Amino acid sequence: MAQTKVIVGLGSCGIAAGANKVYNKIKALKEADKLEFELKKTSCIGMCYREPLVEVIDETGSFIYGDVTEDKATEILQQHVIGLNPIKEYVVKTDLFDTPDKGYFEGQVKIALRNCGYIDPESIEEYEARDGYKAIKRIASDKIPYEAVIQTVLDSGLRGRGGGGFATGMKWRFARNNNSDDKYIICNADEGDPGAFMDRSLLEGDPHAVLEGMIIGGYAIGANHGVIYCRAEYPLAIKRLNIALEQARQRGYLGNNICGIEGFNLDIYVKEGAGAFVCGEETALMQSIEGKRGMPTKRPPFPAESGLWRKPSNINNVETFANIPYIVYNGAGSFNKYGTEKSKGTKVFALTGKIKHGGLVEVPMGITLKDVIYKLGGGIQNDKEFKAVQMGGPSGGCIPKHLADLQIDYDQVNATGAIMGSGGMVVMDETTCMVDIARFFLDFTQKESCGKCTFCRIGTKRMLEILTRITEGKGVESDIATLEELAVQIKDSTLCGLGQTAPNPVLTTIKYFRHEYEAHIRDKKCPALSCKTLLTYEIKPDKCTGCMVCGIKCPVKAIEGEKKKAHFIHQEQCIRCGDCYSRCKFEAITVS
Amino acid sequence: MRIQRLQSEPQVKTKGDVIDVILLEPLLAKYQGKKGSLIPLLQGAQEIFGYIPREAFEKISKVSGIQLSDMYGVATFYSQFRLNPVGKHIIKVCHGTACHVQNADAISDAIKEALNVKDGETTEDRLFTLESVACLGCCSLAPVMMIGDEAYGKLTGASSVKIIKDIKIKDGNKN
Repeated sequence: MAQTKVIVGLGSCGIAAGANKVYNKIKALKEADKLEFELKKTSCIGMCYREPLVEVIDETGSFIYGDVTEDKATEILQQHVIGLNPIKEYVVKTDLFDTPDKGYFEGQVKIALRNCGYIDPESIEEYEARDGYKAIKRIASDKIPYEAVIQTVLDSGLRGRGGGGFATGMKWRFARNNNSDDKYIICNADEGDPGAFMDRSLLEGDPHAVLEGMIIGGYAIGANHGVIYCRAEYPLAIKRLNIALEQARQRGYLGNNICGIEGFNLDIYVKEGAGAFVCGEETALMQSIEGKRGMPTKRPPFPAESGLWRKPSNINNVETFANIPYIVYNGAGSFNKYGTEKSKGTKVFALTGKIKHGGLVEVPMGITLKDVIYKLGGGIQNDKEFKAVQMGGPSGGCIPKHLADLQIDYDQVNATGAIMGSGGMVVMDETTCMVDIARFFLDFTQKESCGKCTFCRIGTKRMLEILTRITEGKGVESDIATLEELAVQIKDSTLCGLGQTAPNPVLTTIKYFRHEYEAHIRDKKCPALSCKTLLTYEIKPDKCTGCMVCGIKCPVKAIEGEKKKAHFIHQEQCIRCGDCYSRCKFEAITVS
Repeated sequence: MRIQRLQSEPQVKTKGDVIDVILLEPLLAKYQGKKGSLIPLLQGAQEIFGYIPREAFEKISKVSGIQLSDMYGVATFYSQFRLNPVGKHIIKVCHGTACHVQNADAISDAIKEALNVKDGETTEDRLFTLESVACLGCCSLAPVMMIGDEAYGKLTGASSVKIIKDIKIKDGNKN
């Protein structure tokens, strides 16, 4: 038992699911009975749908337990840790026998997430033990020139993981070619897409990998200042980054003459965002670091020439940086052996929505959508019909079911009208209304528009008004054409990515789900039974037992009926809240 | 989904609200002479007072030399900054994509009705402030809300109201 390790996953998701309670319970039991096993913390393992997760490593191997409660934790300690007898029915992942969740890990290749769930993110020793900081040390010991580092990154085929998909090596070369006394390397950790949490998990789970990526990037472009712009909504990520920064400074990975490389001086600090989606756009982000309103500026000049404080700057995304140490240490071939012709390596996706196994997956580029949703994701919740998957957040689009054989790479996804984006994948089933989804995203971009460009400020507002009207059953025949016209104008007349991509959700839903728009406008019906004002609730007299629950609970007293007699809904009074529908135990209420 | 950038009218202050600007001194000293420090200054002020009172704006402007108009511009641009006092508990209802498709609107509506407030408003007893926020990053537990540092997942309208009522009862017992 002395060698047994018990590791609790304490990422944000895990904590929300109650992992802290489980950790404290195990700690209390360990101390009370003076048990001799090692209790450790790690971060997100990626199986968010099974949180809280506890891993037990004994002489025979590793066992990950899912959905652990305080009671289950006690059982696991007694039977497995003390009794050396794993509780098979609670195990969700092990190499020793098959589990129902096995499919979730098959097909995954972990490069960016290589350490997440394996190390204690607050320990630099554990990062170093898994080849951490070896890439920068090798650059120092072998005196690898910056040009060779840039060439390796270029050869690896790594493209910006924040969504743009621009070749990282190319970006670095531009920044290197501009001479200046001060240069900045910036990490964009302002992950604002609703439904995406890859960057948060990486920063919480493996902050040193991001730092090492930035240090190597700083060496390649010749930067002497580093900034991580992280959104304030991620307090745990900020805390762990600051711990990692302090450890890196103590070990000489930051500061002057890093790792003995003469003249390579770099320090990095964390800058907290203040809640503005547009600050994920690189020029707006730099404005925000300077303490101004985060409004994008015109390009050129590009940041590589004149960025933060008018100095040459280079911005990359968290996931991009996390890949760098692996590529530099293992060579370009270790990365570009995965993927398709133009999109190399792996990509992390946050799988959410109406999917059975939601969580964080890292897959090689070129895998089909179908495989991600059915093999890894386990299919749709409650075995409903798969309808579409939304990729790229508010800037992306909805890819319909008939394109499920699509290979995921930058160019193929772009061809559908969606974008790869940062990697959010929100799965939708037959009960999701596509007009409502388009309205939801436009509502988001409209509120987040900084207001600088007229078409983004007013155009999105007009589009939102039209979409709201359609979902309320007040749409007119010409609405679809007006939406399309506005969409094109907004795309053409705005400065930054936010405006240029804001109409994408509307355009893709019109392209693939025009019939739903038409049903709302012509028949005043919502095929997905989701738009409230278009619904009718009725009681089937033959099924109603007259239990009176619906009538008592109806907030507007629209339901009439005597005890043990069939009830009736007054349509003119009904506000369509659906309360009666969810309360009825006899399936007597229908919705159409 | 952010809360309204501009709030219609400042709420009337009760007599208990005395703003002690001396509390800002260590913060101002920390950022003195540093460029680009307006946002951390405002974040620090909000940390101290729970919101950014007029007095704090004036004090920071006086010491740092930043124009009041610039400060107001920045404070109203970012959704994090509040210009009105908030309740003891801030209820953040997530309206990210995953929560939206799992019917987060029902959560917001139920709480609005139960507390009789609109988005971004505070209850009269200063106990709760309701906010809609973009993704909290707990998508697999959708729909989610966060009260203080505690996240609650897989909610329904009824269960979210029950959680709030429980907090209210707990608070009542303490007094």
